[in-house]
Amino acid sequence: MLFESLVVSAVLFAVGVAGVLLRRNAIVMFMCIELMLNAVNLSFVAISRYVGIEGQLFVIFVMTVAAAEAAVGLAVIISIFRHYESVDVRNFRLLRW
Amino acid sequence: MVGAALVDLVLSLAQEATGAHERVFVPFLPSWMILLPFLGFVLNGAIGYLAPERRRLVSLIGPGVLGLTFLIAAVNLVLIAGVHEAEPVIRSYWTWIEVGQLRIEAALQLDQLSVIMALVVACVSFIIHVYSVGYMGEDPGYARYFSFLNLFVFFMLVLVLSASFPLMFIGWEGVGLCSYLLIGFWFRESAKADAGQKAFIVNRIGDFGFLMAMFAMFAYLGTLDFQGVFEAAPRAFEYGGAAVTLITLFLFLGCTGKSAQIPLYVWLPDAMHGPTPVSALIHAATMVTAGVYLVARAGVLFALAPLSMNVVAVVGGVTALFAGTIAVQQYDIKRVVAYSTISQLGYMFLAVGVGAYTAGIFHLGTHAFFKALLFLASGAVIHAMHHALEHADEPAGEDVTQDMRNMGALRKYLPTTFKTAWVGALALAGVFPLAGFFSKDEIIWSAGARGQTVLWVVGVVTALLTAGYITRWLVMTFHGENRTGERARKYLHEAAPIMVGALVVLAIGSVVTGWVNVPEALPLLPEFTWLHHFLHPSFAQAEHILVEHLGEAAHVSPIGGGEGMWALISTAAAIVTILIVFNVLSGKRYLPAREAKEPAGLWGLLYHKYYVDELYDLVIVRPFKWLCVFSWRVVDQGLIDGVMVNGVGYTTRFGGWLISRFQTGYLGTYVLIIVLGALIILGAVTL
Repeated sequence: MLFESLVVSAVLFAVGVAGVLLRRNAIVMFMCIELMLNAVNLSFVAISRYVGIEGQLFVIFVMTVAAAEAAVGLAVIISIFRHYESVDVRNFRLLRW
Repeated sequence: MVGAALVDLVLSLAQEATGAHERVFVPFLPSWMILLPFLGFVLNGAIGYLAPERRRLVSLIGPGVLGLTFLIAAVNLVLIAGVHEAEPVIRSYWTWIEVGQLRIEAALQLDQLSVIMALVVACVSFIIHVYSVGYMGEDPGYARYFSFLNLFVFFMLVLVLSASFPLMFIGWEGVGLCSYLLIGFWFRESAKADAGQKAFIVNRIGDFGFLMAMFAMFAYLGTLDFQGVFEAAPRAFEYGGAAVTLITLFLFLGCTGKSAQIPLYVWLPDAMHGPTPVSALIHAATMVTAGVYLVARAGVLFALAPLSMNVVAVVGGVTALFAGTIAVQQYDIKRVVAYSTISQLGYMFLAVGVGAYTAGIFHLGTHAFFKALLFLASGAVIHAMHHALEHADEPAGEDVTQDMRNMGALRKYLPTTFKTAWVGALALAGVFPLAGFFSKDEIIWSAGARGQTVLWVVGVVTALLTAGYITRWLVMTFHGENRTGERARKYLHEAAPIMVGALVVLAIGSVVTGWVNVPEALPLLPEFTWLHHFLHPSFAQAEHILVEHLGEAAHVSPIGGGEGMWALISTAAAIVTILIVFNVLSGKRYLPAREAKEPAGLWGLLYHKYYVDELYDLVIVRPFKWLCVFSWRVVDQGLIDGVMVNGVGYTTRFGGWLISRFQTGYLGTYVLIIVLGALIILGAVTL
């Protein structure tokens, strides 16, 4: 059971990484980050079955932080959209040399 | 320093009250001798700054303080001469330096040698200060001139009266500084400023030797007081050992710089760019004799190092001959006398080098008078030439007014100067009964008596050369036909009375000073060899070492005959030389300088001073300049500024630029880097 859970978690994480790397839409990238977080959550839960309750406890923390992050991240994206009328990350590259 | 003056005043009063001076030598206000010239320097310097037009005040202060100094020195000489074989008196005022084992007192040493030196310095300085009142009277830098001259006498007396090598070094450096300031006194002309720098730089080479000698002395003996060093030296050093030889050779390097001996003599002829009284005081009578004084003062050390003694004597002899030959073919009235000075200094070193310390100091004293006289007479001539040419609206630069080819027959226009110049010239040539006869004869005699036959011959030949070149000097300046030119001739006139007075006083000095040391072989006075007996305590220790290792000096010359006979022969030879040269040159017609051709052949070699300046320029000055340019362009600008300072800057900037390339601003790049980084870390941890 553990093995399958970890495989699913790894696949989800890889999908998330690939999404962040390859997509240019800020919202999709953002969702991919959530996917990575939740992939990690899945492995926490799976392992907690053998190690102890701390894994599940940690998942609550991660979800709390993810919710806060989502609020801030979406606010940033909305602000960017208002400025550029687009959420393509290639458009905002002011912070460079 | 004011404290030192008060200490001396109180001590003198106390000793006056108790009558202590009748039994032992008690110096009379020794620190005042030093402080009075310093006071003169301060006051004249202040006047120069605040009220340069107060010339009469300067004329009063400048020579006045020297007059008082001279009186104090004379009183001290009388006091010390009244006590038989007086012990040296050390008067210590405060501790100057105290570091670890090194302890140096600000102390003065009053013994026979220092007192007689102080008297010579003060006497000649006083006369030359008085002369300067007339010579420099119209110069805009009058107060500045006198303040420098006073400062020079201050340092010279520090040099002479100090009781330790470091304090002597202060005076040594100080007189060098004043020499530089006064050579370049008319610093607006670049040749004169350059001459000052040349003197200073060449002297620095010599000073390095003095410093090294002091370091070595402290390393071996642990003290730098004269008395401490001379007491410890015979026990600490073996006779002829490497350490004492090295110390004395370094000391002598200092002497060659200060006293213008081969190889460091080149600055002295150029020093003639200074005002003539300065040439007389600093570059003939006093400062340049400091080296002789140092060798005599450190006589114990030199006596322990026979090799160094020989080096001193040979360098002195060679310099005497070398400079004498150059003097034969110079046309500048001051340069002839300048090379003569180098030559006579060579004599003094020859004397102290063969162990005849008294003879060296004796010649130092007599030379101070007759050479100052010759310089001041030259000064009077230059003064007259300058005025005459200026009145006639002709060029009156240094090269015109000092060229003897433009003079001639000046005896009609400057009769007193002419007479005193003859006295000085005869004294220099060593004609009986003038001063130079006694002192120079004693030196030549001492060289022979110590068995130095070659040096004895060199001395005799140089004596004949001396008689020759100084007669040529007289003939070209004062005899024959006048070559100044029709218009300027009318304006030639005798110098101011104050200058003539100084010349007369020096002429009297040139006659009488020789009589303080009449040799035993010529029983002309009941009290013969007074100076020898007087100075005996100062040199007793050194002479004792010499006698112990080398034996007594002989009383016959290398080729036979006693002192009296050779004295007669040398005088006769000098007179014959003078007569021959006088007759030959009187008939010769010189052309004025601008019409004359440059001498060729051997005369040209002498005229160009053996091309020594050119040689030094080629071998030392130019390679040094190249080294300087290399250090500047390659080492400083290239290596230090370029590679090191700017190199660090460029490297940092390049590194920053390189790393800034990663800051693309694209979110994707950052993500990629984070992922790659995470993978690398993971890979490293797991593998």
